[in-house]
Amino acid sequence: MAFIDYYKILEIDKSATETDIKKAFRKLARKYHPDLNPNDKEAERKFKELNEANEVLSHPENRKKYDQYGENWQHGEEYEKARQQQQRYQSDGGQQGGFGGAGDYSDFFESMFGGGASRGRGRTAAFKGQDFNAELHLDLKDVYTTHKRTLTINGKNIRLTIPAGVENGQVIKISGQGAEGANGGPKGDLYLTFNIENHTNFKLDQHNLYSTVDLDLYTALLGGEITANTFDGKVKLTVKPGTQNGTKVKLKGKGFPVYKKEGEFGDLYISYQITIPTNLTEKEKELFTELAKLRTI
Amino acid sequence: MRTDNLILLKTVSSHYQVELSFFTHLQDLGLIEIEIREQSPYVHENQMHNLDRMIRMHHELEVNPEGIDVVFNLLQKIENLKKDLNATQNRLRLYES
Repeated sequence: MAFIDYYKILEIDKSATETDIKKAFRKLARKYHPDLNPNDKEAERKFKELNEANEVLSHPENRKKYDQYGENWQHGEEYEKARQQQQRYQSDGGQQGGFGGAGDYSDFFESMFGGGASRGRGRTAAFKGQDFNAELHLDLKDVYTTHKRTLTINGKNIRLTIPAGVENGQVIKISGQGAEGANGGPKGDLYLTFNIENHTNFKLDQHNLYSTVDLDLYTALLGGEITANTFDGKVKLTVKPGTQNGTKVKLKGKGFPVYKKEGEFGDLYISYQITIPTNLTEKEKELFTELAKLRTI
Repeated sequence: MRTDNLILLKTVSSHYQVELSFFTHLQDLGLIEIEIREQSPYVHENQMHNLDRMIRMHHELEVNPEGIDVVFNLLQKIENLKKDLNATQNRLRLYES
């Protein structure tokens, strides 16, 4: 457990007045407030530090104690006496409430001031609970259809509907699934980040899917019918005679579902890759030579 | 008269200890919608999440309604940029795989 320099956290010096402290706190709180920095863990950590520093320095008694024993908090009877006195003060009715939510103090703070330090502000405010962040790993196939899934977050089972078409890296907010609020405040929210792995032969770009289909030389030359895979089954395709390598065909509505737009799908683009026969027999070579001659005439 | 999913503004006001004029100011800026039923103002419950954030900004950061409007617009821009960045990163994966 290390000593925490609350003056340094608030970027003020030891001679700072109450007004200086308030000003410094407000300035930094505006920079690191969680509402202004959603999903930013570093800002959240910094904001907690600021709160703690403010709890101590904005309250004259706490500040006095911190200045007197802070750096040497591990030693001395004086400190222990002061700590016991502090605890008596709390049980006599030290106020709760104030800025930024309860709990989440450092070990240093807990050791010096106990779990519920007296706070300088009079209002007992209700605060929203902490937001939770979680990551959900899914396969691309999993998000082709809307489905329900049960997740365990902080020991609590949450039944969720995973909407079809959710994208890799997308964050969805599930209201009220965060930590309990303080003083009757609302629960925090859960921010769920989707991490979607693609193990299919399809490439996905937004809602459109891309795939490559091998086409034998003869079908490419003469045309015909082939069967190609789509994401949810097979389709028959008519190949035009004289199809070139790399030709793309678009299958409308055979792409990926569009997020939160039921029944709406992207397109599937199939590229033909013409395969040239190898290991030709003597007869085949003869016939190809014949064909080549016909072409050069 | 049905007031399903509507919350009486007076209740919100006393719960958060905020003046009623604060809410009308937010409405004037188009940040919330207030519905009047039988001469009493209500807000829809689906606005409560944002309203809660606005009140926190007001209480904890001393931001006035105009400032809240600016902050919300900028946060929305950040959100849109994040979405664009995510889409671009996903597109980049196509060429990296």
